[in-house]
Amino acid sequence: MQEKPLPVRATPPEPRTRRFALTPTVIVYLALVVLLIVGSVLVGLRGGVLLDQAGLLNIFTRATALGLVAIGQTIVILTGSLDLSVAYLVGLTSLVAAETMAGQDGMIVPGVLLALAVAAVVGLVNGLVITVLKANAFIATLGVALILRGYLEHNYTGPAGDVPRTFQHLGYDRIGPIPVAALLMLAIAAACWWFLTRSRPGYHVYAVGGDIEVARLSGVRTRRTILTAHVLCSVAAGFAGIYLASRLGSGAPYVGTDAVFDLESIAAVVLGGTLLAGGRGGVVGTIGGVFILATLDTTFDALAVDPFFKDVVRGVVLITAVALYARRMVGRSP
Amino acid sequence: MTSAVRLAGITKSFLGVTVLRDVDLELRAGEVHALMGENGAGKSTLLKVLAGVHRQDAGTVEIDGVAHTFAGPADAQRAGIAIIHQEFTLLPHRSVAENVHLGREPVRRLRVDRRRMVRETRELLDWLGEDGIDPTAAVSTLSVAQRQVVEIVKALATDARVLAMDEPTAALADHEVELLYDLVRRLRERGIAILYVSHRMREVFDLSDRITVLKDGAFVASAPTADLTSEDLVRHMVGRELSTLYPDRAAPDELGAVRLDLTDAGNARVRDVTLAVRAGEIVGLAGLQGAGRSAIARAVFGVQPFTRGTLAIDGVPRRITSPRGAVRHGIAFVTEDRKGEGLALRQSVRDNALLVRRSALRGRRSRVADDLRALLDSVNVVSRGEHQEVRFLSGGNQQKVVLAKWLAVDPKVLIVDEPTRGIDVGAKQAVHHLLRELARRGVAILMISSELPELIGMSDRIVVMHDGTPAGELPAGASEAAVMGLATGHEVGEVA
Repeated sequence: MQEKPLPVRATPPEPRTRRFALTPTVIVYLALVVLLIVGSVLVGLRGGVLLDQAGLLNIFTRATALGLVAIGQTIVILTGSLDLSVAYLVGLTSLVAAETMAGQDGMIVPGVLLALAVAAVVGLVNGLVITVLKANAFIATLGVALILRGYLEHNYTGPAGDVPRTFQHLGYDRIGPIPVAALLMLAIAAACWWFLTRSRPGYHVYAVGGDIEVARLSGVRTRRTILTAHVLCSVAAGFAGIYLASRLGSGAPYVGTDAVFDLESIAAVVLGGTLLAGGRGGVVGTIGGVFILATLDTTFDALAVDPFFKDVVRGVVLITAVALYARRMVGRSP
Repeated sequence: MTSAVRLAGITKSFLGVTVLRDVDLELRAGEVHALMGENGAGKSTLLKVLAGVHRQDAGTVEIDGVAHTFAGPADAQRAGIAIIHQEFTLLPHRSVAENVHLGREPVRRLRVDRRRMVRETRELLDWLGEDGIDPTAAVSTLSVAQRQVVEIVKALATDARVLAMDEPTAALADHEVELLYDLVRRLRERGIAILYVSHRMREVFDLSDRITVLKDGAFVASAPTADLTSEDLVRHMVGRELSTLYPDRAAPDELGAVRLDLTDAGNARVRDVTLAVRAGEIVGLAGLQGAGRSAIARAVFGVQPFTRGTLAIDGVPRRITSPRGAVRHGIAFVTEDRKGEGLALRQSVRDNALLVRRSALRGRRSRVADDLRALLDSVNVVSRGEHQEVRFLSGGNQQKVVLAKWLAVDPKVLIVDEPTRGIDVGAKQAVHHLLRELARRGVAILMISSELPELIGMSDRIVVMHDGTPAGELPAGASEAAVMGLATGHEVGEVA
């Protein structure tokens, strides 16, 4: 057989321009910039300033709790799963933290740890119901959400517990216009980014979400991957609960559901370019999505827009984004 | 040459059904060893035993003289055995390097060593002479043939010395098949032992050094490819001569009036189609892939309707613009994609068999179900009952359910596209007899098949398509050469 050069020729491997390609992550940050500009102009026309000290503080504060929940949601969605129990879990962990602290400085650390432990257990239950009982993730986490709701409704009628003053610093301290808690949220996002893109379990998250059967045949422990994802997701929601307890000064059973964290977090993840089916996307996009939602809300507040109209705009933005990503995906596949 | 793998006395049964019985196989380094047999002969099961997916009930797997018992696929991988599955096992959104190392990512100081992944992938690609593939490119940007290469690199990355390939050309276009051949030969030169499962006769003769044939889970024969003819091979696989496979053709007095009549019909895919099928007649539609065979079927059935010419059913011109319209006019269509288009896999045998009747007929007739038993019996469906989901049936029984769903509405014209694809020889024969029986009852049948012997064996007349238009018509029992001549655009002397 004579030497044949390059028998299977690549349709010229996309050159390095890929770096500048309009990936969903790039799109979402471009959209954020455009939104900030348009928002500033609109608010400016009304004689206000969007991005002054108060405005920035507002955006970052809104982004913190949702950001934490959405980071966790990103991980489970990337594995091809979903978590609808996060909203109640945020309420539950805020209560666990506040009640354990009971106003004493010495109980801050136990309170935080216990809240995170409760969150981890809920995540483990979610994961086990999905992997062992083979329940669909939607139903499994909805079921767990109902169980949590039952518990909360039976035992609480309103805020409970007491967070010591010192711990409230977490919720209110800031560096310039940026709250410390927002920086912590971004640090957790960075840690998750590292986990997803650099660690082996992170690779397996993408593999399981991409095609669970392919992952299994390639030797990936799919069950462990899904369990890990759900535990991480719930722990992230636990952080959100602790943060909110620190801001409110007590635990509140419905703090998560009032903010619709379950659907809002999914919206932020999808807005950030992560495929709802899993396997593609990441935390960086999600943070962009969170800030878009936070900026929209802040802008509308500054403009004193009817809240119903606000929801209409959010819905339009979400659908536009997903349609845009779907179009780009079609363009990219051969 | 040394034997790399020796399987001896492999026996395996599932739920009391013996799938493999005392099978021996010897695979040598630097050899392409073809494994052949009908569907259900046990080829895939043997492959899975070798790959550690199934554990054998009896017998030994010996590698380089050492007996192994595999607890799982990972064990077999460590022993140097890699399997390339029929379906692609790649993640489209991940890069080539990530796919190649999936599940075995190298880790350095807690983090995945991406540089090493890319480097090792590039080394393997170079080793195969496939340096046109960028290890950092997403798999979704590659062609099907390139994905096949990545699949092979993924297998080789486990340091495999034995590569089992399960119908690797199934997803490839013709020119890509040649490239795969080339690759397989290069692997052989580099001392890899290759076990090659395929249905395609030509492929096996082109490529293999040795052929082993299984039938009904048992070893039948093993011989150097050079010592075998394709007739030998068929005899071994089928265990009987081919000529007995087909039912008698229609006698001239069995043919009735023209039921389907196309005159100068055409659309974007086909042109100048003039074609008639009589009651009681099976007309074969031959041609190469893409010549317009399926396009005619889909046009008659209203999927992509004709835009020119006329179409008449029982002598009455009809305009058919949707499948629903086609069904209303008595046309039935067994598509080539049984699982995708023919069946609702998760629904029961009953629901599938009544699907067309329920959707296309009006009023009370759409709800009749008391003849279901007779309907299913008439096509001989073997199932655990009418409530079993069809996805659990064998390919042959699934195809019978598809036929039952059309018989439920008493079609005048039946179009079958690759009616026996992917079903075993026994079921094939049953489908053949069923089609002939339907023709006898007055149905006009238009049959498409890529298997020339089948098409010739079944048809009363053959229309050959070439480049979107009928190139000629051949009488019953035409030779394969005559059909291929027309199909490829050559003039052939014996065209009647």
